[in-house]
Amino acid sequence: MTTATGRSAGTGADEKPEHSADRTRRFGPGTPLRAAAGFALAAIVLFAVAPLVLGDFRLNLLAKYLCLAIVAVGIGLAWGRGGMLALGQGVFFGLGGYAMAMHLKLADAGPGNLPDFMQLYGQIDKLPWWWEPFANPVFALAATVLLPVFVAFLLGSLVFRRRVRGAYFAILSQALAAALAIYLIGEQGTTGGTNGLTDIQGFFGFRLDDPLNQRAVYFIIAACLLLMLALVRQLMHSRYGELLVAVRDAEERVRFLGYDPANVKLVAYMVAAGMAGLAGALFVPAVGIISPALIGVVPSIEFVIGVALGGRATLIGPVLGAIAVAWAKTTLSEQFPAAWTYLQGLLFVIFLAFLPNGLASVAGLVRRRRPAPADRKAAQPKSVPLTAETGGAGQ
Amino acid sequence: MTLVFSQLFTGISIGAVLLLIALGLSLTFGQMNVINMAHGEFIMAGAYTVYVVQQIITNAGVSLLVALPVAFLVAGAMGVVLEFLLIRRLYTRPLDTLLVTWGVALILQQLARDIFGAPNVQTRAPDLLTGSITIFSSGDGNDLMVANSRLFILTLALLAVAALTLGLRMTPLGRRIRAVVQNRDLAAASGIATGRVDRMTFFIGSGLAGIAGVALTLVGPIGPTMGTNIIIDAFLVVVVGGIGQLKGTVIVAFALGMMQSLVEYSTTISVAKVLVFLTIVAFLQWRPQGLFTLRTRSLA
Repeated sequence: MTTATGRSAGTGADEKPEHSADRTRRFGPGTPLRAAAGFALAAIVLFAVAPLVLGDFRLNLLAKYLCLAIVAVGIGLAWGRGGMLALGQGVFFGLGGYAMAMHLKLADAGPGNLPDFMQLYGQIDKLPWWWEPFANPVFALAATVLLPVFVAFLLGSLVFRRRVRGAYFAILSQALAAALAIYLIGEQGTTGGTNGLTDIQGFFGFRLDDPLNQRAVYFIIAACLLLMLALVRQLMHSRYGELLVAVRDAEERVRFLGYDPANVKLVAYMVAAGMAGLAGALFVPAVGIISPALIGVVPSIEFVIGVALGGRATLIGPVLGAIAVAWAKTTLSEQFPAAWTYLQGLLFVIFLAFLPNGLASVAGLVRRRRPAPADRKAAQPKSVPLTAETGGAGQ
Repeated sequence: MTLVFSQLFTGISIGAVLLLIALGLSLTFGQMNVINMAHGEFIMAGAYTVYVVQQIITNAGVSLLVALPVAFLVAGAMGVVLEFLLIRRLYTRPLDTLLVTWGVALILQQLARDIFGAPNVQTRAPDLLTGSITIFSSGDGNDLMVANSRLFILTLALLAVAALTLGLRMTPLGRRIRAVVQNRDLAAASGIATGRVDRMTFFIGSGLAGIAGVALTLVGPIGPTMGTNIIIDAFLVVVVGGIGQLKGTVIVAFALGMMQSLVEYSTTISVAKVLVFLTIVAFLQWRPQGLFTLRTRSLA
């Protein structure tokens, strides 16, 4: 496992701030100044250009894409930097989304009343106990992030500590997504079943059908995305970030150096889960619905393709990739659903089999004007003999 | 009493289906460490093979018998093509293989939709397999009935296991496959064409998916997404059973089927799914490498 992702996603070493002599310029890639300029540019685009250029409908779509981009930032950290292919991010997205939607449904219904769908499906005349705390806005808001983080902590500490990793971890996280989606569909009376929680009217006292309020929701989402980018940027450039890349590339070596790789991975997984939860919570006011179809196995894998497209180990790549994929999906799937499925399949094949570092590697190649593969090979020793035994098989 | 037995048999037949699906995976995933998400689509190809064969041969019984080897070849050929074009390049990157084959799965699903249409298609089961036999007569109408189709699947699964076990143990190809699994470099140094062995392993593993697809036509609908729905359970079976261990796959398939059936009976399907998942996570705490493990001296 360690050798495998090491070779496939090995741009980690390229971005360290001052390790190579020719990059000590103050405005070189990875320097704080450069990062600040990047953030300023992103902020201008998100807060000034987009609202001016796009109409209400398009801006709302962009808000939805930005939510998916927040998930992608988290996956970029866990997968690109940490080597953990989190195929179950839909679970955390869903937990955040449902936590938010439950509160908004209760707020819509008013105190003492049941949400509309519970009355519709009959049977239930009293609010289930696990719905009750979500009437409290503070609890609900905290739960959107803390609940996914907690679930990630439970699963991660069980799984990573027993050194279940690589493919095994991917399959387990995928099974978790399947289990949650099936559970939500089965418990129709209390979860809304296949339809999910729909028809959400208000957002903490503001009506969501007002275009002005939708605009405000967009700004909140954009601000959250920038915040998350800043957080991950700091993580990547900290000692922890270096350790995470080290665990990805040679877990056993890190273990022999005295660190516990399980903890290192756990933190990245929890951060990614928290981001997915936040994204799910923000998705609800932007789109007005959360349903099992948005959180099962298929959407969970779809989160990943944007990250792969943009470049999994980079900071901005996953964001651009997620937005591009979501945009392509909306544009194409309306008119040519078949074409979109083919294209999506091809994207997976092309970007994972032939361009594992995504479009970012193409950009890097052009910028540096030297062959990237050779560079990568030099930066990383081919394999660790001890784990080469298993052929990087992800045991 | 009848109820217990009928639940037990439901469990066994769920297990038999799981086993048949997981058997191919235990070769491609278990022996070769390739996570082929398109395995489910090979199953779909096997099921559609029955449909196509029935368009030509109208006798349901004959067409099923013809479809079995044809489905094996069709799915096996698809597997070889996939191995040759993509997977061969990705042996060192298992996680990327997972996503690449997911992309292939999407393309195959859409192909099926374009060729056969999005709605499910129907096949006819032979008369012999549509009835059920009474195993235990209690006299008060609560007889224990076992569907013939379920018995057929169970037999097919056990036959496949036997054939695979003997094949791996007795035949020259089986010996080569085991050699490559245990030590690829040494096998290559001993003059085994590892690339060709890989392709054959993949052919057999994918072919078994085709067989599973034929069996599934007897118990469920045939549609473009039929593969996706079952593939994750099958992967769990292989993970829990232990990599490269046929007996682990067999035991775990039946155990999971049994558990699913019993929990489902006492609660609901949705709760059963969640409980089974939690049990698997708990089990991996106890045995992270699966039920049976190959002893190696590697750290990972």
